[in-house]
Amino acid sequence: MKTGSLKQILLITDGCSNVGEDPIAMSALAKEQGVSVNVIGVMENDVIDEKGMQEIESIALSGGGVSQIVYARQLSHTVQMVTRQAMTQTLQGVVNRELTQILGNKQTIEDLPPEQRGEVMEVVDELGETVEMEVLILVDTSASMKHKLPTVKEALFDLSLSLNARTGKNKFALFVFPGKKNDVEKLLDWTPKLESLTSVFAKLSTGGITPTGPALREAITYFDKKRSLRNLISRDDDEYYEESI
Amino acid sequence: MSTMKSQFNLQSGAVINGKWHHKHYRIEKELGAGANGVVYLATYQGQLVALKISENGYTVTSEVNVLKSFTKVQGSTLGPSLLDVDDWQSSSKLYSFYVMEYIHGPDLLSFVKQKGEAWVPVLMLQLLSDLEELHKAGWVFGDLKPENLIVTGRAPRIRCIDVGGTTIKGRAIKEFTEFYDRGYWGLGSRKAEPTYDLFSTAMVFIHCAYPSRFSKDGRGLEQLTDKVKKHKNLKCYEDVLIPALQGRFKSASDMRQALLTCSYKQTRSKGNSVSPQTRQPTRKTKRKRHGTTGAIVVILFIGCIYFFYLYSQMV
Repeated sequence: MKTGSLKQILLITDGCSNVGEDPIAMSALAKEQGVSVNVIGVMENDVIDEKGMQEIESIALSGGGVSQIVYARQLSHTVQMVTRQAMTQTLQGVVNRELTQILGNKQTIEDLPPEQRGEVMEVVDELGETVEMEVLILVDTSASMKHKLPTVKEALFDLSLSLNARTGKNKFALFVFPGKKNDVEKLLDWTPKLESLTSVFAKLSTGGITPTGPALREAITYFDKKRSLRNLISRDDDEYYEESI
Repeated sequence: MSTMKSQFNLQSGAVINGKWHHKHYRIEKELGAGANGVVYLATYQGQLVALKISENGYTVTSEVNVLKSFTKVQGSTLGPSLLDVDDWQSSSKLYSFYVMEYIHGPDLLSFVKQKGEAWVPVLMLQLLSDLEELHKAGWVFGDLKPENLIVTGRAPRIRCIDVGGTTIKGRAIKEFTEFYDRGYWGLGSRKAEPTYDLFSTAMVFIHCAYPSRFSKDGRGLEQLTDKVKKHKNLKCYEDVLIPALQGRFKSASDMRQALLTCSYKQTRSKGNSVSPQTRQPTRKTKRKRHGTTGAIVVILFIGCIYFFYLYSQMV
């Protein structure tokens, strides 16, 4: 089975947006365009308030992704786990849809007896190993995030290590918000290895505003529009077959 | 994920009915909860079993796939044996679950704490034999850690219980725990290779000597080498642990051989220079042995006299 690439935005933040468009709406927009949005809320000694937590959860929910709130020291493990989990979730969606095509009548994997599910799972595993991934990382660099950035950097190396253990290709890009001049600033263009960002975090200036919504809107435009796995789910059947066979 | 625990608040006495195979399982208590589901102790027709239930049907299917392929490995004691796979319709939702053999016993660290350090190399030798079989069958265990290792039976035997991280060779490791992950220490990739498990085995060994673990200071191998050299229980296993951390053993059986050699050397050197602490118990056993041989001599002597007495009576 030939597949398109799987597109994700990974948003790393520690609180609430306070400028520009509603980030939840922008996340829903990303989903419509075949990009899922995962959010990781980083705490340290400070605790994220109720409003911040709610926003983090809602962004992931409307973006078809996964969210998790963690202490900074658990960040590495969480970043790779959330990314993988979101990937599997998307693939399961795709495979479930394919099953429905074959079995008809809105049947899903749960309608198969347990004995027959093993092979379907093999397909999901196989896809997870080989699918091409495009992960755009969006890091909140507002003032309160400043001392967490070294941990963020380490977590991103770790993500690169995890994803690059797969056979499938990976592309990473790194953006921060707020940027020096605009809402969002590109630090690293699409690259297969995140290791190249060693020095980029050093020259960051951290600002006071948190334009999460505008940053998300901007991020979506950086994805290659042609091939997206997630799109397949919401499109016509004919087109779906064309892409998947 | 983090909400998993609240999803299944199954009380003791609750009954899980299988939708497809119509078997009934009575919940006894919770054994453990993880990111991918909750494991309960349950009874089925009077027998204790372990039942894992998850929100995510794919997780269940995936782990069942692993357990099924284990049963194809001859004489395998790797994971628990699989007994049933089914769905359960709760009042609100459909959940998938599977039932496996209940492996009863303390986890590795509690066992070692209770029975002594001398067990560590023994259990590691057992583990390495199991890993050898697993690797031969084309799998890598992945998430090897003391919590996933249970010591069971009157003749203690180590068993692996959680196969959530078990991955087909050559793919990316499905699940891992930082301390036992070579990627975390900057000592290799997260590709499923036998060397990945051997690294974790070495870390489990090290963990037994440092029960509260330690965190990385960025020096990678140097830090771990220090930890091995500075601990009296680890130093003598340096020739096993360091190469395992570096990924230099080609197979589990190679590492096992090195561990055997180390243990052998150690017993020999112990025999040559008996330390004051070990002398006491050896003397005791010697004295005991004297006692038993004495008893045997006396019994034989009396036996002889009795025999002569009987003989003289007959004549």
